[in-house]
Amino acid sequence: MKPSPFDYVRAMSAEEAVASLDGAGDEARILAGGLSLVPMLNFRLVEPSVLIDISGIDDLDYIRQDDGVVEVGASTRQSTLERWDGIAGKLPLVHAALPHIGHYQTRSRGTVCGSVAHSDPSSELPLCLATLGGEVVLRSVAGERRVAAKDFQTGMLTTSKRDDEMVAAVRFPVGGPGWGYAFVEMAQRRGDFAIVALAAAASADRIRLGVGGVADHPAVREWDALEADALDDALNAFAWDLGGYDDVHASARYRRELVRRLGRKVIEGARSCRS
Amino acid sequence: MPQLSRDTRHAVSFTLNGKPAEGHAEPRMLLSDFLVHELGLTSVHVGCEHGVCGACTVRVDGAVSRACLTFAVQVDGKRVDTVESLSPEEGGLNELQKSFRKNHGLQCGYCTPGILMSLTAYLEENPKPGEAELRDMLSGHLCRCTGYVNIVRAVMEHVGKSA
Repeated sequence: MKPSPFDYVRAMSAEEAVASLDGAGDEARILAGGLSLVPMLNFRLVEPSVLIDISGIDDLDYIRQDDGVVEVGASTRQSTLERWDGIAGKLPLVHAALPHIGHYQTRSRGTVCGSVAHSDPSSELPLCLATLGGEVVLRSVAGERRVAAKDFQTGMLTTSKRDDEMVAAVRFPVGGPGWGYAFVEMAQRRGDFAIVALAAAASADRIRLGVGGVADHPAVREWDALEADALDDALNAFAWDLGGYDDVHASARYRRELVRRLGRKVIEGARSCRS
Repeated sequence: MPQLSRDTRHAVSFTLNGKPAEGHAEPRMLLSDFLVHELGLTSVHVGCEHGVCGACTVRVDGAVSRACLTFAVQVDGKRVDTVESLSPEEGGLNELQKSFRKNHGLQCGYCTPGILMSLTAYLEENPKPGEAELRDMLSGHLCRCTGYVNIVRAVMEHVGKSA
């Protein structure tokens, strides 16, 4: 349970970090909080030859609000976002999801962008980002580009980020007037990986539902306001479209059932707290 | 920009429990192994080595951290606190530790240093947690002896509440 040898670079700025990535191909990895990457290193599931530590870059440790968007920098820890005084008012969905992310002891080091970059299909933050229609800011020596969350995560632990790019920030759209948000998760114990996680946004005439843990990436579907049987039918169709997989924790069938049952619950939850 | 090569043991200087400390580590050396094998600390317990069990939990610049998910070279220039920092005097116990002893909040003691370090940070932020909040926080540590009942009792008594 020890990592393979690697060279270690302590980047002092985002410019230095992307300069180190440039030309390294898939041999270099960005280290932020390390809560997802270091277990993979310890298991030797990944064996990069260079680790570029960005955890000490103060310029990337920020939460900024502009133009209806909250932007979170690459070295900002999950606990920092949790304690941000705007979290409940501006990002009610993320506020509801944060307590489900790992544990108090992991949020104190784990970063918001690191979770998005890691792209576990059952992770809460990529699910929130996709459900809210957010963006990922990618940076390389050539400059910056923004990718919509739905185009960022392409599958299990895989993203459209190029090897020479780092996740520099993520951008969460601020909750809109008239919308309500709710988050529900089923896990074996609090803090475990979600078997199924659901995020909902609801207005008077629209419903948006994001589901994590069933397909290989967070899946989001939007409907006009549906009631009763029509909502059940829509959730059933969504559950079948997601497919799902069997593992030691749950069968695909059980996962689909959770989408139907908890989908209704989380949508009702979002409707009940519309602003 | 500091670049440390894989084949070399690099000097790591930091503050350990309030005192200057120094050792040498290859980049891949985990902070948990560094504290135990290089510096001889007996309180940092290595359990799962992938961040789940919480036995190796220490504080780095005050932030609760899994030592098994931190590299030794990352703490250069930082402050690291382990459970030894809690004793008011050599061999003594602080009030939280005394409450653990009184309430049998441990049996084998393997998980205890990590739990105490988490609790110390947590109680600084939340001096009067409810039992549900406390149990939620304790979910970041595995204890296979106590069933958590006496740990909860010890903390609740410490903060002046009954469990």
